[in-house]
Amino acid sequence: MAVLDILTYPDSRLKQISRPIKVIDEALQQFISDLEETMLAGPTSAGIAAPQVGRFERLVIIDVSFKPNIPNHGRLVLINPEIISHEGSVVGREGCLSVPDFTGNVSRFERIHLKASDRAGKTQDYDMLGYEARAVQHELDHLDGLLFLDRLVSRRNSLFRRKVHNQVDLPKQ
Amino acid sequence: MSDWYMLTFVGRDRSGIVAKVTSAIFEGGGNLGEASMVRLGGNFTIMLMVQYDGSGESLEKILSPVCDALKLWKHVDRIEGELHHHLEPDVRISIYGADRAGIVAETTGALAEAGLNILNLESDVGGTADTPIYIMEIDGVAGKGIDVLETALDRLAREKNVETRLVPIDTLMG
Ligand SMILES: [Zn+2]
Repeated sequence: MAVLDILTYPDSRLKQISRPIKVIDEALQQFISDLEETMLAGPTSAGIAAPQVGRFERLVIIDVSFKPNIPNHGRLVLINPEIISHEGSVVGREGCLSVPDFTGNVSRFERIHLKASDRAGKTQDYDMLGYEARAVQHELDHLDGLLFLDRLVSRRNSLFRRKVHNQVDLPKQ
Repeated sequence: MSDWYMLTFVGRDRSGIVAKVTSAIFEGGGNLGEASMVRLGGNFTIMLMVQYDGSGESLEKILSPVCDALKLWKHVDRIEGELHHHLEPDVRISIYGADRAGIVAETTGALAEAGLNILNLESDVGGTADTPIYIMEIDGVAGKGIDVLETALDRLAREKNVETRLVPIDTLMG
């Protein structure tokens, strides 16, 4: 077990696209344990993505169970995660372990349907909502070399709506 | 160690103000920090933290040519400034209603009493000249908790005839 170093922007490696994981072997299990330890060692965070520690593979861990009274699935290891469908959008404030001392408002899908392999290699799917859905979208962005800085919505004159239906944001690449 | 200054510029809006002002500062050896720049009522306003290794007078001299050329009013204050000391807001409050004298003083007064520390306030006047509306959005820290603010906002809505909304800010770190 080891706490890994977290890359921080402007390290250009954070902007690269991570590759899919083909084999779930002992080395990967060891890495997952290290990534989990790294997430727990830092400031309270809702998740961490493999590229944040310099491993450019499509793997994230999320856990929003520390927040009281919100729907969540506990701690999840998501391998090759994919958002299958989404609904609504909502603006919320985000920060990032890889972007110290700055937070900003970002628009995310309000609900997502997610497919991913778990640690045992079994395909799972999840319906997620709100804060947990936001955490997943933040971490998945890391796999595509995107930071929340790429999605900031302007403070001034931005409508801060909790729910905006009939308005679908497409992920921009 | 260099000192921090707060620079204020106000002038009729025209293109190129930001580029010309910041170039003059850069070429004069100043280092930019946090800034707020916005067009208000046809004027362009800039408040800008600048780190500069010299006196306020010499900083003013550097700025004079560009301010004269752009007809910008300027003000230079030495400040106790530091970067990397952001406070995180935990609440966003929106208030709007028919514009009338005292609306901002009354609402912000009530919110201050309810423990709100304002970090960012943006307000605007919309509607028409005959029936203007006032719109205000505030990010802040709820010093006495969100319930106290909710109560204050309910009272404002009732007694001052404004629409209010409070949304907790739950910053996600990931
Ligand atoms: Zn992040």
